[in-house]
Amino acid sequence: VGAPSLALGAAKKVVIVGGGTGGATAAHYLRRYDPSIEVTLIEPNKEYYTCFFSNLVIGGLRPLDSIRHTYDGLAKRGVKVVHDTVTAIDGAAKHVVTASGQKFAYDRCIVSPGIELVYGGVEGYSADAEKAIPHAWKAGEQTAILAKQLQEMPDGGLVVMVAPPNPFRCPPGPYERASLIANYLKQHKPKSKLIILDPKEKFSKQGLFTAAWKKHYSGIIERLGPDFAGTKFTVDVKTKTVKCDAGEFKADVLNIIPPQRAGKIAQVASLTDEKGWCPVDQHTFESKLVPGVHVIGDASIAGKMPKSGYAANSQAKVCAMAIALLLNGKDPLKPAYTNTCYSFVAPDQAVSVAAVYELKNGTIEEVAGGLTPADASEAILRREAEYAKSWYNNITADMFG
Amino acid sequence: ALTPQAHAVEVDYAQVLANTCAGCHGPDGASRGPAAPTIAGMNPEIFIEAMQDYREDKRPGTIMPRIAKGYTDEQIKLMAEYFAKQPFLRFAQPHDAQLAAKGAKLHDRYCEKCHEDGGKASAVAGVLAGQWMPYLHYQLEDYLAEKREYKEKNMKKRLTELVEKEGQQGLEAVLHFYASQK
Ligand SMILES: Cc1cc2nc3c(=O)[nH]c(=O)nc-3n(C[C@H](O)[C@H](O)[C@H](O)COP(=O)(O)OP(=O)(O)OC[C@H]3O[C@@H](n4cnc5c(N)ncnc54)[C@H](O)[C@@H]3O)c2cc1C
Ligand code: HEC
Ligand code: HEC
Repeated sequence: VGAPSLALGAAKKVVIVGGGTGGATAAHYLRRYDPSIEVTLIEPNKEYYTCFFSNLVIGGLRPLDSIRHTYDGLAKRGVKVVHDTVTAIDGAAKHVVTASGQKFAYDRCIVSPGIELVYGGVEGYSADAEKAIPHAWKAGEQTAILAKQLQEMPDGGLVVMVAPPNPFRCPPGPYERASLIANYLKQHKPKSKLIILDPKEKFSKQGLFTAAWKKHYSGIIERLGPDFAGTKFTVDVKTKTVKCDAGEFKADVLNIIPPQRAGKIAQVASLTDEKGWCPVDQHTFESKLVPGVHVIGDASIAGKMPKSGYAANSQAKVCAMAIALLLNGKDPLKPAYTNTCYSFVAPDQAVSVAAVYELKNGTIEEVAGGLTPADASEAILRREAEYAKSWYNNITADMFG
Repeated sequence: ALTPQAHAVEVDYAQVLANTCAGCHGPDGASRGPAAPTIAGMNPEIFIEAMQDYREDKRPGTIMPRIAKGYTDEQIKLMAEYFAKQPFLRFAQPHDAQLAAKGAKLHDRYCEKCHEDGGKASAVAGVLAGQWMPYLHYQLEDYLAEKREYKEKNMKKRLTELVEKEGQQGLEAVLHFYASQK
């Protein structure tokens, strides 16, 4: 760590690729930590739909509008918001190039592109099929499609979800979704069923979810793990039929959540390893492959932290702190990271996982945390649901300034 | 190497720690609700006690006992000092004006002695005026069920008296009063 390589009086420039959870938070906190830094946030969409709480929209418990956010707050904080797609990052020349042909120079670049779906991981599935068979693993239009298909499905229909292999965005996400789809079926289409085909032996918050399913959705949800269904799924898009070791399942509504890797721009910019994720220095989130470029959020390999919104938000603040100091010729401070993930198991009941992390020998390690206790009363789960709603309001305020 | 801009970069370790709480307690500890408490403006001694009690499982909570275990006394002290300097922002909360008016009187009679200035003071406990109603409600439930330990015997006496004389509605009334304060 030395003095920054800046011309006297030149503004310090940070370019952020992706205005999602990680990117928006980083923009907010860079402006707080050093308002003299010129922050440019590049994001194709004018509005951001959070994946968090999108399962409530799918379950008919919230309107889609309630998870939509704009960039006005960040613009007011002096962030230059550019609606465009980054197509290349030149680590040597220190600039990014966008689809419209613009070039943006940077002293430091932050990349928070989220995930790319590996459609081929489920044979027969493709980007072209996602309107008929939504993944709904990026929120917005996809969320609306899945919600609408459920609404239009006749009572007695079969919903099939294909869950992804590890690692993927939001480990408890598929199971929260299953809970809220089951709740919708129970309320509105009680003769219907939901089958989850899962290539994983185990899943996040498994004990809490299975207890809730037994209590609230017995006879509605059935999960087939790898011992029964295997790990290879083939889909016939026209008939919405999934084939696996357990047989053929013809769905009325089919939700395929395919395997994932770091967002495409991370692959294009050579920020990824052979498995498709980005190795970083877990103190500053600077890429181990391209100096001067930092990768945060789902795309990064961040020790024990899961791929969650809270993690992306927490990493963004550590990264913003490090960059603000580095650009001022100072050493980054000791970092601090936290994650929490609330999952709704019923409209008014939620469970949670929380963890506090520290950097130990270059790796982010958990120092405390845990799950909602298995014997927590319904009164406690109702409190957690109210706190989950608070979490939503607070984290989105923290992201968008 | 050259010295960059004159602007001082403003970030210290206390902020690095405190900013990890923002996802649940809001930026700078000012919660947007509807339930998680605002911790901005909290008296540092009470903040430290709260965190230590959570850490040592002496105070009930849904998630704080799990989180507080991740922090040392020194880290807690730094955060306490940081949050104490942040303004307690009051956001509009749904409440019943009539109940709130009744609650104002009950507050004066039963609670004002310790929770001064209509509950705006933070000398003995967290700020009550403008704190999120569900949070306060849960705390009172826990006190009454003897799950949260009273630090002041007299609070137990006054709170029990309030419920005995005014019933559940009396309790609701003081909560609506706190929610009504701007
Ligand atoms: C159903 C579901 C439920 C979830 N629930 C929770 C939850 O309850 N709690 C929780 O903590 N997390 C939850 N998550 C996870 C959370 O949404 C993600 O972990 C988080 O959004 C990751 O942030 P990110 O910045 O890495 O990516 P994103 O938030 O996806 O942001 C990436 C952004 O980059 C943009 N982008 C991509 N490529 C480019 C490019 N080339 N140029 C410019 N911009 C680009 C995209 O348009 C996007 O806006 C959930 C996820 C899902 C799918
Ligand atoms: C995942 C959500 C979450 C995170 C993260 C979180 N809190 Fe909390 N906090 C809560 C909730 C919910 C409560 C109410 C008690 C409970 O149910 O645990 C609370 C209560 C508190 C209280 C008691 C307030 C009072 O008036 O007595 C303090 C102090 C506090 N938190 C401090 C912190 C600090 C400091 C951090 C970060 C290091 C933090 N919290 C992180 C959710 C969170
Ligand atoms: C004799 C003093 C005293 C009286 C009277 C008193 N309190 Fe308290 N109260 C305290 C103290 C001290 C605390 C904080 C310490 C603790 O219990 O953890 C507290 C804490 C609280 C809290 C929790 C705040 C938080 O942030 O978690 C609530 C809610 C509360 N009081 C409500 C009331 C109400 C309502 C009344 C009247 C019916 C009342 N108190 C009367 C002393 C008092």
